[in-house]
Amino acid sequence: MWVILWTDALLYLLVGVALLGVWQVRRSPHLLENWCRVVRNPLGMAASVVLGVYGVIGLADSVHVRSAAAEGQVVSMLDVLLTPLRESTETSYSAPFATHGFTKVSVTHDDGTVSRAYPRLTHGGSHLERPQERGRDILVRALKALALAALVWLALAAAAAGRVARRRAAGWRAAVRIMAGGRDVLPWRALLVTVGVLLALLFLAVELAPRYHVLGTDKVGQDVFYQTLKSIRTGLVIGTLTTLVMLPFAIGLGVAAGYFGGLVDDVIQYVYTTLNSIPGVLLIAAAILTVQIYMANHADALGTLEDRADLRLLALCIILGITSWTGLCRLLRAETLKLREVEYVQASLGFGVSHTGIITRHVVPNLMHIVLITVALDFSGLVLAEAVLSYVNIGVDPTTNSWGNMINSSRLEMAREPVVWWNLAAAFVFMFTMVLAANVFADAVRDAFDPRRS
Amino acid sequence: MMAYILRRVLYAGPILLGVNVLTFALFFLVNSPDDMAYMHLGERHVTATAVESWKAERGYHLPLFWNGEAAGAGTFKETIFFQKSLGLFAFDFGRSDSGRDIGYDIGQRMGPSLAIAVPVLLVGLAVNITFALVLVFFRATYVDVWGVVLCVALMSVSSLFYIIGGQFLIGKLLRLVPISGYDGGLDGLKFLVLPVVVGVVSGIGAGTRWYRTLFLEELGRDYVRTARAKGLPESVVLGRHVLHNALIPILTGVVVLLPLLFMGSLIIESFFGIPGLGSYTIDAILAQDFAIVRAMVFLGSVLYIVGLLLTDISYTLVDPRVRLG
Repeated sequence: MWVILWTDALLYLLVGVALLGVWQVRRSPHLLENWCRVVRNPLGMAASVVLGVYGVIGLADSVHVRSAAAEGQVVSMLDVLLTPLRESTETSYSAPFATHGFTKVSVTHDDGTVSRAYPRLTHGGSHLERPQERGRDILVRALKALALAALVWLALAAAAAGRVARRRAAGWRAAVRIMAGGRDVLPWRALLVTVGVLLALLFLAVELAPRYHVLGTDKVGQDVFYQTLKSIRTGLVIGTLTTLVMLPFAIGLGVAAGYFGGLVDDVIQYVYTTLNSIPGVLLIAAAILTVQIYMANHADALGTLEDRADLRLLALCIILGITSWTGLCRLLRAETLKLREVEYVQASLGFGVSHTGIITRHVVPNLMHIVLITVALDFSGLVLAEAVLSYVNIGVDPTTNSWGNMINSSRLEMAREPVVWWNLAAAFVFMFTMVLAANVFADAVRDAFDPRRS
Repeated sequence: MMAYILRRVLYAGPILLGVNVLTFALFFLVNSPDDMAYMHLGERHVTATAVESWKAERGYHLPLFWNGEAAGAGTFKETIFFQKSLGLFAFDFGRSDSGRDIGYDIGQRMGPSLAIAVPVLLVGLAVNITFALVLVFFRATYVDVWGVVLCVALMSVSSLFYIIGGQFLIGKLLRLVPISGYDGGLDGLKFLVLPVVVGVVSGIGAGTRWYRTLFLEELGRDYVRTARAKGLPESVVLGRHVLHNALIPILTGVVVLLPLLFMGSLIIESFFGIPGLGSYTIDAILAQDFAIVRAMVFLGSVLYIVGLLLTDISYTLVDPRVRLG
């Protein structure tokens, strides 16, 4: 039975909008030209591949079903795929690839004596007869996975070379030389290196993750790798849905202020100056606190635990959206002021084209590059903001998997002796990769679309 | 000039009133004072009298906007809106929900906040500008390319990691300085080192990149070509001419931040246990003490508006072409 949470529905809407955008771009040559510039940028291309992988994982985590196998719980497609990870919980901490627990417990031996020892994990490395075989086992499996990954990579590279050869009507060798020399339209070297690394990681994960806790387990024995994969969706939702909330305000009010001027302009300027003068975190905190109380007092009307966690995520996106539209709005207002005086707009006015007609046909399309650049640049900031907000307890629900919650819970673990580092490291690596890819991609988009930078 | 400043101050009135009404709506209209009382006293097993006395102690028992029972000006004055919200304009912050005087607490906590924020700003500026100048000096070489890549990578690390990493590396592994704490006077210096270092390092990525673009923009100007044509070495062109002219946008960008330094840094202060306004705010958020959050929102807005005003004035001081009218 399908379950569609609010954020799921909005994500689907966003994917729909994105597809519409792609269709629009394919029809108009000048937009296509700009996107080709993004595609030709090696770093931008590599970053978009990484972002694509994150996107696929996030979307797989956004298709929810009520599963009969999991006692009527709402699970996502990703959960179904990762069932072995989700269900293989230990009792407490265990290090990455460990076969034994991290802390000593009392173990009762066969002869009835009790001693303190590191307990064998129920799932991590449980296929090994003797724990000493662990090193060899990991090595053999890793080599096998890497060999498979290399095969798939070679097949992909060959297919790509075949395409280049066919399009250029050249031989195989020539195609490979063109690709290796970076002389084709697409930056093949960057593309294939990124795909190769990702394939290797994918095959390693598929081979090793079901048998070991590759990133260890946390305090309650949950697999950290599973948690960090689940956190991807939260990051994506906050980065993208916030934009979806923000855009109508920013575009509508910015264009209205710039185009109509006068009283409309004064009122809109007043609204955004007021909102802007409140320090961001405080406004977000104030809004989230009120939402928290509201939700606590109306808990019964808001459905199940998952629904409430989802609503809180949505509320966070809406609040972040409402507090962050002012910057873009100001940019769009200034640009609209300029566009209004342009000759073709004046001409349309003279011909008696309606205001709606002028705004939708002449003004808004000429603002889209600013919107696109801002959205791309804001994404990474929002993902980072989630972590900080969750640390202050005004972020996502504590039961929601997110990097912020992971960092928050692992903060005290750094003070333990020996240090429990894998929780923090996992959140760091996954979050850093996503934010870095988003930053690099945003730079590529800005370089391609900003008229001042060409 | 005076007329301009006066006009700006008057213009700040409606904006602050807007902030005031907005926070009032957030805290009193979305949730009634009853909801807050239940929240603080526990969800269940609360008698109606307990709620009433909680509200009366904090002055939340009055009507929101209009008191029909009071006489004369009291109809307006004896309301939550007048006492809790409009009082902020006279910097009368009232008492927190736990009964402490907010104005006194704020005065006590400004010092520690400034002790962190001012060094972070100054050292950060010096470090970022130096790095940016180095990158610009080596522009279009591998130093520049990899420098920018490094900046983007540094920008992509969450500020939480800088703090946790800094505490772990410097505080725990190297044991150079205490991990957290605060003390007044010279003895407290050892507590300040780590937060300042972390604050500066976490800003290097974005700051250096920003100043680099700024300098690159200046490099395209005519006076730079003239300076080079005179035969000046590149270091003089950068250090004298470009830096001097770029100081205008740098300075005005800093001035807007100055008043907000009083507010301190939320995360750094609470991680390092510094009793400043940032950790004050965080504690209030965690304890759901709305009186303090309201006061801080208002104070933050006032400081921001002062910052904008100072920016405009500083433009006229550093750039004689700008006249305020």
